[in-house]
Amino acid sequence: MALDRWIALVILMISLAYGYTAFFTMDEGLPPFMKFNAIWPSTFPKGLSVLAVICALIILLSPQKSDAGPKTGDIDYRRLLDYKLGQAVALLAMMAIYALALRPVGFLIATVGFLVISAMILGERKLHILIPIAVLAAGVVWYLVQGVLGIYLRPLPLFLGNGV
Amino acid sequence: MLDGILIGLGTAFSLSNLLMVIGGCLIGTFIGMLPGLGPMSIISIMIPVAISIGDPSAALILLAGVYYGAIFGGSTSSILINAPGVASTVATSFDGYPLARQGKAGKALTVAAISSFCGGTIGAVLLMIFAPALASVALLFHSAEYFALMVVGLSAIAAFAGTGQVVKALLMTVLGLIMATVGEGALFNMPRFTMGIMDLQSGFGFITLAMAMFALPEALYLVLDPSRSASEGGSSEIKDLRITRAEAKSIAPVIGRQSIQGFLIGVLPGAGATIASFLGYAVERNIAPKDEQKEFGKGSIKGLAAPESANNAACTGSFVPLLTLGIPGSGTTAILLGALIALNVSPGPRLMVDEPEIFWAVIISMYVGNLVLLILNLPLIPYIAKVLAVPRNYLIPFIFFFTLMGAYIGQNNATELLILVGLGICATVLRFADYPLAPLLIGFILGSMLEDNFSRSMQLYDGLGFLMERPMTIGLLGLAAILVILPSYRARRARLRQAGVADGD
Repeated sequence: MALDRWIALVILMISLAYGYTAFFTMDEGLPPFMKFNAIWPSTFPKGLSVLAVICALIILLSPQKSDAGPKTGDIDYRRLLDYKLGQAVALLAMMAIYALALRPVGFLIATVGFLVISAMILGERKLHILIPIAVLAAGVVWYLVQGVLGIYLRPLPLFLGNGV
Repeated sequence: MLDGILIGLGTAFSLSNLLMVIGGCLIGTFIGMLPGLGPMSIISIMIPVAISIGDPSAALILLAGVYYGAIFGGSTSSILINAPGVASTVATSFDGYPLARQGKAGKALTVAAISSFCGGTIGAVLLMIFAPALASVALLFHSAEYFALMVVGLSAIAAFAGTGQVVKALLMTVLGLIMATVGEGALFNMPRFTMGIMDLQSGFGFITLAMAMFALPEALYLVLDPSRSASEGGSSEIKDLRITRAEAKSIAPVIGRQSIQGFLIGVLPGAGATIASFLGYAVERNIAPKDEQKEFGKGSIKGLAAPESANNAACTGSFVPLLTLGIPGSGTTAILLGALIALNVSPGPRLMVDEPEIFWAVIISMYVGNLVLLILNLPLIPYIAKVLAVPRNYLIPFIFFFTLMGAYIGQNNATELLILVGLGICATVLRFADYPLAPLLIGFILGSMLEDNFSRSMQLYDGLGFLMERPMTIGLLGLAAILVILPSYRARRARLRQAGVADGD
């Protein structure tokens, strides 16, 4: 089965779960006076779930050849292993680690770490250039966000104080 | 109208707003030049900055400048290294790159800049004429018509965005609407579909979703396929930016025609700058004399002027439904709509009446933006083009970092970054399978407005009676049905004919 049909199947499952909630469980907690209204919180979602199920089923059951291949310049998922898949996964992992580290480690260390390690994942080895650029960028962005935009970003880890 | 123009001039020509236009155009040009980053990604990244400004006029002027700049920057990379920064400048590379290879990069950039300027300016004039008229008609609309109009907009977007794959686009639109129902809605004041997760109480963040749908997949594509990065090519020497009088004379009618055609295409929901540029190129190629037709694709300045005027005029045209009806005609204007809502501004027919300074300042700033791009960027192009030399190993981590920062600044919540990564992976997989993502975002942004108008009509008419009692509503809903059914029917007929079973074959 082609990828687009797998995706349609997943969306169908999500739509069914969404529809089940809208049709059967959502209105249980509705106050009695609201039940006289023409519109309930579940009215719109009910319609959406039906539409989503119909669309997903059309894609899933359509006899047309849906796996026509990629457009020029796009990534062909059937040859995914020919691409730099490892680098992409590693960078996504770095993003997740960055998200988890941002508060406990502080913005400056987390950002410098993220930029340096990400560039190294991509093959950069000139650390004497990379580290100063990362430190400078982290410092400038921290100043702009905290100083200019006024959004609080803890620059350093908690044990080093608030750092502001 | 004159009063409005004067208000707009006053707002747009304040020092801070002039700086916004100049800054937006420069930022847009710089980033738009980087292959892989389209205007939607750039605007998504810039939204937290714009929102933090606080002043809606200034924010919208900045974002409009970034939009124009990105389109202009995309043309530059198309011409110099045959790597269109944005989809709407792909057609620019057909003749722009051959010209650059012939050593006429400077001339090509000048033609592109002049065509963009004229396209954008003519578009802004047409916007000034059409928008107030459309807004006054739209003032007659009630919630039922608004609901129907939004359904028409969403259907048109699904029909156009998913050329040949309307069902996929429709499914994405519905998925966007479903995502919009997550969280505590204003109308019922009770959490829906949050699965008990506190972070979903306020729903999905619009900025996070925009980043996840556009910026992150683009950046991941750059990682997966290094040939998409800029550092592959070297920009050719840029000298002699002049064009001759004969050349100017030959492109003038092309610019005129394509500015009007591009604008009209831009006004249509779903048909944005990309379609306008391809159509503009195709039309000019078809109507050109036989000997000139052969030059198309080999370095024709007419072939370069056509998509450049059309895409800029279309960008301006796409502001018409946004400003007058509150309905975004493209993914980019959907992001702008989200930004406006975040700034407590409701675009629509009331915008011109209630907040004329915003409405007119945006239109006036479009002239200024086009002028800035022409005056400032043209002489600076040889220097700005240096950005194409940024190595991939540095460029990509920074794109990821700015994407993360955009989502963090928007919500001030680290969990949002994890949601961004998760949604970004989903968006990338969806793109692998050729599911269009713009309808999802537009559905998400219009979702709450659609439900509000639907609910209001249901309450007013105590049920679905509004469908029967308001003929315009039923007419618009009929139009929406035709918009969805017709392209599917035609695609099916074409397939059957290809298979030789249609029409009794």
